[in-house]
Amino acid sequence: MTRDDLDVDPDELYGRLKAYEGRTAASGGTGRDPVNEPMIRHWCEAMGDTNPAYPAVAPPTMLQAWTMGGLAGHPGGSARSEAYDELLALLDDVGCTSVVATDCEQEYPRPLRPGDRVTFDAVIESVSPRKTTRLGTGYFVTTRMNVRAGDGELVGTHRFRILKYAPARPKNAPKPEPAPKPGLTADPARRPRPVINRDNAGFWEGVARHQLLIQRCLDCATPRFPWLPGCGACGSLRWEAFEASGTGTVFSYVVMHHPPFPAFDPPYAVALIELAEGVRMVSGITGVPYDKVRIGMPVELEFLRVDEELELPVFRGAEA
Amino acid sequence: MTARTGDELPPLRIPITRTLIVAGALASRDYQDVHHDAEAAREKGSPDIFMNILTTNGLVGRYITDHFGPRARLRKVAIRLGAPNYPGDEMVLTGQITSVAEGTAEVAVIGKNGIGHHVTGTVTVQLPSDAPGTTDASRTDAPGAIDAPRTDAPRTATTPDTPR
Repeated sequence: MTRDDLDVDPDELYGRLKAYEGRTAASGGTGRDPVNEPMIRHWCEAMGDTNPAYPAVAPPTMLQAWTMGGLAGHPGGSARSEAYDELLALLDDVGCTSVVATDCEQEYPRPLRPGDRVTFDAVIESVSPRKTTRLGTGYFVTTRMNVRAGDGELVGTHRFRILKYAPARPKNAPKPEPAPKPGLTADPARRPRPVINRDNAGFWEGVARHQLLIQRCLDCATPRFPWLPGCGACGSLRWEAFEASGTGTVFSYVVMHHPPFPAFDPPYAVALIELAEGVRMVSGITGVPYDKVRIGMPVELEFLRVDEELELPVFRGAEA
Repeated sequence: MTARTGDELPPLRIPITRTLIVAGALASRDYQDVHHDAEAAREKGSPDIFMNILTTNGLVGRYITDHFGPRARLRKVAIRLGAPNYPGDEMVLTGQITSVAEGTAEVAVIGKNGIGHHVTGTVTVQLPSDAPGTTDASRTDAPGAIDAPRTDAPRTATTPDTPR
């Protein structure tokens, strides 16, 4: 079962969540311990980091570690604000009880050294609209923290994004499949199958013969793609199919990074191809790395054997 | 060592062991149960414990300073997590220099594991001031030997691969 619907009016809830943007997330926080060599050494051992610059300075990426409460928490209570606690409680109440960190952006104006005592303040920067991810449905919450040392010198900034979500699997679900192990021949995921119906069967029959077929209106001669029963220009239901020359250019494109879908290996480019016949189609680009695809790039039709059942028309790019 | 736009860093292979996940979580003072308690992780919809973001951040930072040497300084590390690092997997970090200007290089980093991209990110690193490419590219006798480039062969982070 996938829980993709939280029991609450999404617009009303989002309005309440948005109201927390700009409010304090933490104030007057003090590092549990001063920057110290033992913690630096533990960190370096865990990371396998043998950089001789440490522990005279702390690894910059330890920034957040100096602000963490640890198992017992900060003495005298957390620096977390009431506003931030309320925001998290609001999300807990609608079932978004799980948390996962998704983004971390840090800048390091100056290195931290053993003996430095850090203080920190944070603000709630943004709350996203409801998103459904592979983990479940929830909201991204972004905070931005300033970390200071000594007499208030800024030593680090830390933007942190979490997803607060309702797990996609209920708690008493049977034990999930173990994660796929690299190196073993796991059954590879298959690409989604095309939905073939009476209106577009002719197109897929063409693909099977390695022909890219376009429709043309028999009344006004307007070419059309994708396949549809009627002409978008004049409404006529009379049409013929003809074979595209296979040449075209990249009209536009996007590069898919995230989220990854089974059977696809991001990053990859998805292009809108303008065929020489004047119609456009969405397709994959072969022969050119995803970051070398450009608008206007000439492309040539080819057929990609995806698996034993599926063959797809794709376009091979020609690097300029 | 030189740093030129387009240069690729040698890959770094990191076996994702339970020890690494737990040691990284504790070293970063992160006691969230999903990083050390497999049963609790499963209750929260995860198949197993998984690496916390602070450890990933630390490994990305290490990857960059391993390559550019101890006198390089990290100025900015921005990462985004995707596929989690579960025990038994392996993450391969790769990087490409996307720009070099005024003694600072920007490196695009990808950490790929058995199920996808665990991490994508950008690191801004200040290069040692005598590194070729930052001042006089013809100086091959600069005391930059400490920053000697690493072998291009993939390196293993700790122990050799164990059967999975």
